[in-house]
Amino acid sequence: MKIHEYQAKDILREFGIATLPGAPCFSVDEAVEVARKLGGNAWAVKAQIHAGGRGKGGGVKIAKSLDEVEYFAKTILGMTLITHQTGAQGTIVRRLLVEQSINIEKEFYIGMAIDRLKQQVCLIVSSEGGMNIEETAIRTPDRIHKIFLDPIMGLSDEDADRLVCKINFPKYFETEVRLLLQNLYQLFDKNDATLVEINPLVITTDNRILALDAKMNFDDNALFRHINIIELRDFNEENLIEIEASKYNLSYIPLDGNIGCLVNGAGLAMATMDIIKLFGGSPANFLDVGGDATVEKVTEAFRLMLRNPGLRVILINIFGGIMKCDVVAEGVVRGAQETKLLIPLVVRLEGTNVDLGKKILIESGLPITLVDNMADAAQYAVTAAKIRE
Amino acid sequence: MAILINQDTRVMTQGITGKTGQFHTRICREYANGRECFVAGVNPHKSGNIFEGIPVYANVIEAKEATGATVSVIYVPPNFAASAIEEAVDAGLDLVICITEGIPVRDMLHIRYKMRKGKTLLIGPNCPGIITPDEIKIGIMPSYIHKKGRIGVVSRSGTLTYEAVSQLMEQGLGQSTCIGIGGDPINGLKHLDVIKLFNDDNETDAVLMVGEIGGSDEEDCARWISRNMKKPVVGFVAGVTAPPNKRMGHAGAIISGGKGTAQEKLVVMEECGIKVTRNPAEMGKLVKSVL
Repeated sequence: MKIHEYQAKDILREFGIATLPGAPCFSVDEAVEVARKLGGNAWAVKAQIHAGGRGKGGGVKIAKSLDEVEYFAKTILGMTLITHQTGAQGTIVRRLLVEQSINIEKEFYIGMAIDRLKQQVCLIVSSEGGMNIEETAIRTPDRIHKIFLDPIMGLSDEDADRLVCKINFPKYFETEVRLLLQNLYQLFDKNDATLVEINPLVITTDNRILALDAKMNFDDNALFRHINIIELRDFNEENLIEIEASKYNLSYIPLDGNIGCLVNGAGLAMATMDIIKLFGGSPANFLDVGGDATVEKVTEAFRLMLRNPGLRVILINIFGGIMKCDVVAEGVVRGAQETKLLIPLVVRLEGTNVDLGKKILIESGLPITLVDNMADAAQYAVTAAKIRE
Repeated sequence: MAILINQDTRVMTQGITGKTGQFHTRICREYANGRECFVAGVNPHKSGNIFEGIPVYANVIEAKEATGATVSVIYVPPNFAASAIEEAVDAGLDLVICITEGIPVRDMLHIRYKMRKGKTLLIGPNCPGIITPDEIKIGIMPSYIHKKGRIGVVSRSGTLTYEAVSQLMEQGLGQSTCIGIGGDPINGLKHLDVIKLFNDDNETDAVLMVGEIGGSDEEDCARWISRNMKKPVVGFVAGVTAPPNKRMGHAGAIISGGKGTAQEKLVVMEECGIKVTRNPAEMGKLVKSVL
């Protein structure tokens, strides 16, 4: 799960990491009011969306007067922000963060993520703050330093000091930065984070260390033990249909093709999309009904797919293990009947209770094309979709 | 003797009193030598109970000492699963197979760090388990699709593994051992670990390796294969059409920062001399072609 910058900064402060004074705003008036209360003579007006690259996309502005705060707030709120992480369709800005502005002496990058290969949390620091870390890794890999952390001990004093030294952080700040990095690991571990980034961490001209931007992702599987983080979820940042699907424990991702796919198991679902593409078609979605599909779940999966007006054919590919083919078949029949399905439906069933499943489909009298394997299913679906386009 | 498990393996079920644990322990017992193999169950609150003839013990150590079981299979819910693994590791079991899906990644990081020091091997979590056909099945895969033979199968998926196995059967090819290593980002045995075991197994002639997007396991494995493997390996990687930054069902199946694409994996595998197909319906035929 992702959260907004201002929410991430609240969590940073909880762990003793300083940020600029500021507050979230949902309207232009609120933005001006927050700026007035903060005082000073310059403010940052920052779009709050769950994607990076906001500055480049025009979502972050420095205002030199309250009039400018008003102007930028008006411009940014409601705009469709397109960055390298939002995709071409962009994201509508619904929230702002208004902060005091400061003068920066130097910027650094601090990140923590899970390294799959080492199976440890990796602390990444770089002297190239403010940059996209993936670009830095390609252009100047020597300026990125990594250390893998012991899950219990976290970051030792010695390791912290060595890192601080490597990125040329002034010796004067050694103790403060050591503590900051150690607290950051506590934050990461205690909150079941999967990614924490402070980019940039800055030294100001008046010698303060501040987190100027913050990004955090959390493990969906661990949210059950973090009610405070669940509360930060912003449904506006998520795909409506994905939210709807998750209510039924269905894993659904819309794509831009015209062949709906209903499959059990993530690997088989991806493979089904792949074979459709390989045969010259285009999948309309990824949909894993999981191992515990019920008749209701399969019916719901039908409804989700059919919300897509561009759908031309539905391909069902089931290899029943725990999930029984007869249960799927009943769901398919119910789904097709309740949605008054008008497009072709091709079904490949294999596995537990397959004969019973096929019988249910045939006896339903519905115009279902039953095939024996994945290749035939894909071939049929691709052809049917082409004819109907 | 195939790899990791055979008809002489003795297994305990952690979570035997839950619905899933009961259901699958029952089916596993009915398979091949299962009645001899599944000897114990563990539940701290139901010690002394008997589940369909299988004694339930308070903890893993007691179960091990009483029955000689050296392998455990875990069906406990995700929030308790890491502790269950830890208990099995502390008891010094040889192999733990964790079927449970949805374990917090932090819990896995902590347990995997601890496991560095011990000898216990882990399969999973979030996996279908392992089967040595006609001898023993530990997990949730459908029994009837398998037959004893000389092809090793290793995969990150569940149902895609069943698909692969059924394609092998269409070609008349049985399996030595089939392992689903699971779809989580932090897990136990990787493709590479399993491939090494197959390489040394005199009952395996060739290996089918099924991967998916995310991480770099397949690439690491491919590089080792190019230098060390004595047997043919063929592969498929699911997710050529998967969009970036979207988690495709499995927690570990995500293309992030441009890394972990199926295309990249397939290219590396090919460069390393592994025959790959981009058609998931051709896995069985491809294996046949290299024998």
